[in-house]
Amino acid sequence: MSAEITTQLPVTEADVAHVKKIWKAFWVLLILTIIELALGLTIYYIEMNPDYSDLLVLMIKGVICILTLAKAFYIISIFMHLGDEIRTFILTLALPATLFIWFITAFIADGASFRNLRNTDGGSRTYIQPTEHHAVPLEAPAEKKEKKLD
Amino acid sequence: METAIAQTKTKLWAGGRSPFNVSYGKMMMWFFLMSDSFTFGAFLISYGSIRFSLNNWVDHNYVFNEFPFTEAHLPLAFVSLMTFILIFSSVTMVLGVHAGHKMNQKSVEKWLFLTILGGLAFLGCQAYEWTGLITGQHEVLVNGVIEHWGTTVSHNPWGPMVMHNGHLVATPGPVAFGGYFFGITGFHGFHVFTGVIVNIVMLIKTKRGDFAKRGHYEMIEKAGLYWHFVDLVWVFVFLCFYLI
Repeated sequence: MSAEITTQLPVTEADVAHVKKIWKAFWVLLILTIIELALGLTIYYIEMNPDYSDLLVLMIKGVICILTLAKAFYIISIFMHLGDEIRTFILTLALPATLFIWFITAFIADGASFRNLRNTDGGSRTYIQPTEHHAVPLEAPAEKKEKKLD
Repeated sequence: METAIAQTKTKLWAGGRSPFNVSYGKMMMWFFLMSDSFTFGAFLISYGSIRFSLNNWVDHNYVFNEFPFTEAHLPLAFVSLMTFILIFSSVTMVLGVHAGHKMNQKSVEKWLFLTILGGLAFLGCQAYEWTGLITGQHEVLVNGVIEHWGTTVSHNPWGPMVMHNGHLVATPGPVAFGGYFFGITGFHGFHVFTGVIVNIVMLIKTKRGDFAKRGHYEMIEKAGLYWHFVDLVWVFVFLCFYLI
């Protein structure tokens, strides 16, 4: 080693608190992820029932989205230290990000409108509700899927 | 006292110092990450838009249910492992940045090394997942004939089920699925790969004592910002492809 470690700064109380904060953020992220997984598995088991409630599944998905936003907030403010920057800098980054609100709303609405046109032949007939079905039902005989290409 | 504060406030923008109280490099890294978030946002929103426009999509709980060394179908299990790996590598990175603030070279080296390992583990998991999807053969009913398809950008064997000769068989699903899945996770994986390369360069520079000579470890901070951004994007990719 050519470089000598002579410049190392002493560990202060503030450092101990800072490292504690980092680990706390880690545990928060871990717990939020585990809750998300539990909710994801809940959806999986709800959908096994052939006449499950769409509204319930939609609500659980909404909760998962909110938890994801909370995780994003923790990563940005604690891991990326944006919370420690001055306010004008935070706003410089946060204000353009609000474009996403319009962006998501407009494009999801566009997709929904396209689906409506698809199911009404461009508005020329009444809406035909597509039949509800699972992508793959449980215990389907078609589950011979472990054949790998060799 | 108040006039002094007012004076420093007006002088923030009078030149001679950074009005944002951050270095040029760090500010530009933030602006790059913001633009990159719009790129990822555009991909994910386009995916959402297409998904909303179709009557059927794939059921992620059946597409992504493989786990290494087991034949059991475990929805969400493997991707949770990948998520934990990435969150953990984010923690090791932020601890490395903190060690850099304290000018503790040995500690920076240790945390950077663990971060690189985490990144490589994530990439390995992704390679495993992709291989499973592309090579795994599934029965699909195409024009009245049973074929065996893998999940690729041109083939999607995860469509609606129909009765065929007395048993249920899948029909082709929306082709868009493969393109979006491989495109977005691939673009994210490319970011992880770049992050690993950047971190390796940082590790070499730390070992050579470049930052100790320079008197600060700000480069580690910038690399850290990028690495956390990769984790941040994964949070949303995880949400859009595996959870909802």
